[in-house]
Amino acid sequence: MSDSISHPIPAQSRKNIFRTLELDTRLLGMIGAFIILALAFNMVTDGRFLTPRNIFNLTIQTVSVAIMATGMVFVIVTRNIDLSVGSLLATCSAVMAMVQTWILPDLLGLGLNNPLTAPITIVAGLATGTLIGAFQGWLVGYMLIPSFIVTLGGLLVWRNVAWYLTNGQTIGPLDRNFLVFGGTNGTFGATLSWGIGVIAVGLALYGLWAARRGKLAHGFQVKPLWAEVVMAAITTGAILGFVGILNAYDIPVRRLARLFKARGEVMPDGFTSAYGLPVSVLVLILVAIAMTIVAKRSRFGRYIFATGGNPDAAELAGINTRFLTVKVFALMGALAALSAVVASARLTNHTNDIGTLDELRVIAAAVIGGTALSGGFGTIHGAILGALIMQSLQSGMAMVGVDAPLQNIVVGAVLVLAVLIDIIYRRKTGARL
Amino acid sequence: MTSAPGALMDPPLVEMRNISVSFGGIKAVDDVSIDLYPGEVVGLLGHNGAGKTTLIKVLSGAYQRDAGQIFINGEEAHIANPRDARGYNIETIYQTLALADNLDAASNLFLGRELVTSFGLVDDSAMEAETRKIMARLNPNFEKFANPVSALSGGQRQSVAIARAVYFNARILIMDEPTAALGPHETQMVAELISQLKSEGIGIFLISHDIHDVMQLCDRASVMKNGHLVGSVRIEHVSDDDLLSMIILGKPPAGPARS
Ligand SMILES: Nc1ncnc2c1ncn2[C@@H]1O[C@H](COP(=O)(O)OP(=O)(O)O)[C@@H](O)[C@H]1O
Ligand SMILES: [Mg+2]
Repeated sequence: MSDSISHPIPAQSRKNIFRTLELDTRLLGMIGAFIILALAFNMVTDGRFLTPRNIFNLTIQTVSVAIMATGMVFVIVTRNIDLSVGSLLATCSAVMAMVQTWILPDLLGLGLNNPLTAPITIVAGLATGTLIGAFQGWLVGYMLIPSFIVTLGGLLVWRNVAWYLTNGQTIGPLDRNFLVFGGTNGTFGATLSWGIGVIAVGLALYGLWAARRGKLAHGFQVKPLWAEVVMAAITTGAILGFVGILNAYDIPVRRLARLFKARGEVMPDGFTSAYGLPVSVLVLILVAIAMTIVAKRSRFGRYIFATGGNPDAAELAGINTRFLTVKVFALMGALAALSAVVASARLTNHTNDIGTLDELRVIAAAVIGGTALSGGFGTIHGAILGALIMQSLQSGMAMVGVDAPLQNIVVGAVLVLAVLIDIIYRRKTGARL
Repeated sequence: MTSAPGALMDPPLVEMRNISVSFGGIKAVDDVSIDLYPGEVVGLLGHNGAGKTTLIKVLSGAYQRDAGQIFINGEEAHIANPRDARGYNIETIYQTLALADNLDAASNLFLGRELVTSFGLVDDSAMEAETRKIMARLNPNFEKFANPVSALSGGQRQSVAIARAVYFNARILIMDEPTAALGPHETQMVAELISQLKSEGIGIFLISHDIHDVMQLCDRASVMKNGHLVGSVRIEHVSDDDLLSMIILGKPPAGPARS
């Protein structure tokens, strides 16, 4: 015990604060790394990195990869991999572009910008992604072909199905209502964004309270009340702070003037309007909440983790692990389709190279976010944070003016380094890899 | 045949008749028949690789038989997967324990049979509360409810597997080497548990290496060798040496020992 005297703060008590707050040290490490990264870029760019404008752009650039990363968590947790998501995104994007610009307006006579066009298009895209995902899952689960091979084949097949369907052409312009999911073309404005933020705070606080009540009802130990209050304060601050930052980014004056002109009005002098929360970011948040509930509170999620931890045990417990594989890949396909909505709406077109290399970004996001490739471990929020870190790294380096090849070299190296740190961390904490 | 009153009239709780299982060319179980009555403990003995685990995995739905029939309470049972077996109130403690190492004790105990809230979401608090209750009975020292079971000792893991089998009101309990990872004290606790479950009328198949355990806990013993059934005997009719020679020589003892 002699060496603990020489430390001003014994390691034990520092650990205990985290334990009292029931915060996952791994998550804290990631948040810490993210903050350091953001501050460093901000310093190098003379404060241009942490502006509302850049944060707004960063979030809308992250959405498409982050949505898919949540699905990739389930795929990797069940000891599989999906290399086809970028190509699958392209096929879904191609199908949706054709549905909204050709099939619905010309064949069915709905015309472009009909209010039914966007919903029908999205349903068609989701169905396409789900079916393709389920088919790949069936090949993995029932035909017992390794997922690496099935989806490596899928990577080639779906990229070129998209090409074949569209003859490699860019398709656009897309339906006006569809573009709402792209980011800048669909934001809630300041007032609605605050409203959504307040609702989110309400739900989060209710969640904390309900969890505490549930534990108390069974007589379990709960955190001290001050710890709950601290958590509630951090959560509230984070949500409202995020909304505040997005609301601080004003729509550029020239763009506003164009919007007014399009409506046949004249912009009043000195008029400003904030972007606020983008629709695509709300979609990501809803996906994240739904996927977290699935992971932690649904039977499906429980079986996903059990199967990843010990497939034999899952089977002996009566879980149909083959059908589970189909469902996991189908969900991955549906999320790739949802990302296709966001990505093509952001580009305002379907392009032939949409989603290229996304499979690598998505897998990297999940893995940086703490999903173990050996299966059984991973979190949704970790994967989203992983996607955010990847995107920040990429955008930050572009902003600093790092050459494109160097950017990719750094991103690749960071991925490997992140996994190494993760392995060391797990070894130290005694968790199974 | 003075014990087990009514045993001659009532059908057995379980009857496995002429069961065969092969893996590739190997006949792991070859035309084996065993049975089990309520409140009875039947030991399954034999060398490693004799086919004991394979035989009981047919009953627990983990393996498919190539031939033979299973009767539960005299009626033919159709067991194609572990869920079917659970439907017949057959619970199994596997030799490998079959635990998902990344999940906590409660999640393992209720795996496949989660308690859910009115919204259909898994109710972790309720499951932990139930787990605490049954653990207080089976292993009062157990306290790592929040950790994944990979953090547990061999004995603690075993008690999770035992709790899972006992919790769901088994009528037929299969224990595949349940004391292999346990120390003498914990082994004694398992022995007491077996006596208690037996007194509740549960039928138990106990696979064990330990002839002493079998002599102490079982009413009957069936011995297997190389996939064949050597014979089934009443424990009070045989000695340790008789059982040992059945296991090693693969021959049933002569005379009154046959059941
Ligand atoms: N899943 C399997 N695949 C192939 N062979 C198996 C399998 N399970 C058991 N066996 C073989 O069947 C035989 C009986 O094994 P087992 O039932 O485990 O014996 P015991 O439990 O009596 O030690 C052994 O030869 C074993 O190698
Ligand atoms: Mg065995």
